[in-house]
Amino acid sequence: MIELKNIWKIYKNDDLETVALKNISLEIKEGEFVAIMGPSGSGKSTLMHILGCLDTPTSGKYFLDGEDISKMNDDELAEIRNKKIGFVFQSFNLLPKTNVLRNVELPLVYAGISPKKRQERAKEALNLAAFPNKFWYHFSNQLSGGMMQRVAIARALVNDPKIILADEPTGNLDTKTGEIVLETFQNLHDKHGRTIILITHEPYIAEYAQRIIKIKDGELIDDFKNNNRRIINNK
Amino acid sequence: MKFKDLFSEIFISLLANKVRSGLTILGIVIGIASVIAMVSIGQGASNQITKSIEGLGSNLLNIIPGTLRPGVGIVSSGRGSAQTLKNDDVEVIEKIDGVYRVSPEVSRRFQIIGINGKNTNSTVFGVTENYPIVRNLNISSGVFISESQNRSLARVAVLGPQAAYDLFGDEDPIGKVIKINKINFLVIGVAAPRGSVGFVNYDDIIYVPLLTMQKVLAGIDYLTVMAVKVESKDLINQVRDDIIYNLSIKHRVDPQNPDFTIASQEDILGTLNQVIATFTIFLASIAGISLLVGGIGIMNMMLTSVTERTREIGLRKAIGAKERDISLQFLAESVVLTLIGGIIGIILGSLIAISISYFAGISTSVSLFSIILAFGVSTIIGIIFGYYPARRASKLNPIEALRYE
Repeated sequence: MIELKNIWKIYKNDDLETVALKNISLEIKEGEFVAIMGPSGSGKSTLMHILGCLDTPTSGKYFLDGEDISKMNDDELAEIRNKKIGFVFQSFNLLPKTNVLRNVELPLVYAGISPKKRQERAKEALNLAAFPNKFWYHFSNQLSGGMMQRVAIARALVNDPKIILADEPTGNLDTKTGEIVLETFQNLHDKHGRTIILITHEPYIAEYAQRIIKIKDGELIDDFKNNNRRIINNK
Repeated sequence: MKFKDLFSEIFISLLANKVRSGLTILGIVIGIASVIAMVSIGQGASNQITKSIEGLGSNLLNIIPGTLRPGVGIVSSGRGSAQTLKNDDVEVIEKIDGVYRVSPEVSRRFQIIGINGKNTNSTVFGVTENYPIVRNLNISSGVFISESQNRSLARVAVLGPQAAYDLFGDEDPIGKVIKINKINFLVIGVAAPRGSVGFVNYDDIIYVPLLTMQKVLAGIDYLTVMAVKVESKDLINQVRDDIIYNLSIKHRVDPQNPDFTIASQEDILGTLNQVIATFTIFLASIAGISLLVGGIGIMNMMLTSVTERTREIGLRKAIGAKERDISLQFLAESVVLTLIGGIIGIILGSLIAISISYFAGISTSVSLFSIILAFGVSTIIGIIFGYYPARRASKLNPIEALRYE
């Protein structure tokens, strides 16, 4: 479903050229739970931006769901992001002073979906993200970090995306809340067959995934099936 | 993004910043309110002057002795100071085609004594029986001066309502005697009120026969003004030319350079309205500056808002907002702010105008035109000063915007 072919990303700043990604090729199939791991400065963020259609590669081809993304303009990319990708960020990025439901609805607002349908789908997504319904009408800035991240996950789910991209989703959370968030991802993958790409620099977090891709200095150095997968099972 | 959703987004974000939105609106409110108030004061003054000058007679030509110095204008020409208009000029003018009536007049101020020692210093007009027809004067009680009273130098007087009140209080003045310049005059009528124009109070006037005025009171043989009523408006220019020509021949002067001046009611009206218009523009431009300042306030707030909400913009773009969605949202936010400010400003400006006319007695008029203008101006200000911040917001790179701290 995701196919990267010889992707290069080079940043030019005056005379200085920085090579962020060197000839990366990889494939991710539908229903996979992949962790992309690497230390900071390894190019994993750049890779995530390209996978998330926030940026286009300098050269190479990127097929998402059969469509070539690499040559699209900003507005076409925006539409792809709206329809096929759900983002979960490290710092949640919820709209403050806006209630939970409205935050989750936001991608559907830009998709031009009617208010009634938006509500339905937002509530479904919140249930899927295990967000308790008594907080639906609270302002997002009144919630705890773990709750905020679950709102963000619900927002990523609401447009029924092909892939969910999570960029250090536990970075701002303590270990225990982080585990709850990771459990939510695992649940979405195991029980609902979602494709999830987790970007992290911590090996122990990557171990929750099925498959681990390691990058260093812009190069893909390892890609293997995770045999010692951590499974959270509180129940 | 749908239009309705755009508006709910705007109201959510404006309400999230109530104080800042309120202060920004206040800037526009002050600007629009002062424009509305200033323009309505100017408009009101202009309407009042037009009404009262038209109330003094229509299709009128005023012949004033002497020439106007260029650039000085009618108001300060010191009319009546030259002595070139004589009584027999009236006959020349009456013969001209298109002339309906001629009212020769002499005016002077005198000390007048009524009953019980009440007295007033008022303008006394020496006039003929044509005066009420030419000058639109109505009599509220008694009669006006007749032709025979004029010929016989009768010592009779008609009082303006203000003068009647000053001299007799609430008593009926008809049949009573007043002293003008120590000479007894019998009051035969009281005129209806006409109000005042500029510094002239047309109600504080006493009318006496023209010849009585010239021979008994003032001791002169010239006129201070001749008012000519023309049969119809279309004839005014032709009659004016004929008067200049015929009167110049009688006075043995060059028609290009006569020893009198003719001003129509429209000329006077035009001059006064020009003065008022200049004044209104002056007031409105001062008010306009505050509107401009308000507009810059909008731009300032929107730019602050774009910087403050950089991450929000990044997020909106990440989840699928197009450039157009972002720029429309910010542009519409500033237009909504200015429109709200405009509406409040119109209401406040009208209230100011109404209270000015109520408390200060200056007439004002809030016209539909100025309201529409204020609406248009505030919308345009919203668009102009909102455009740059909106564009800046829409061009933000989502990756950098999301990283912004």
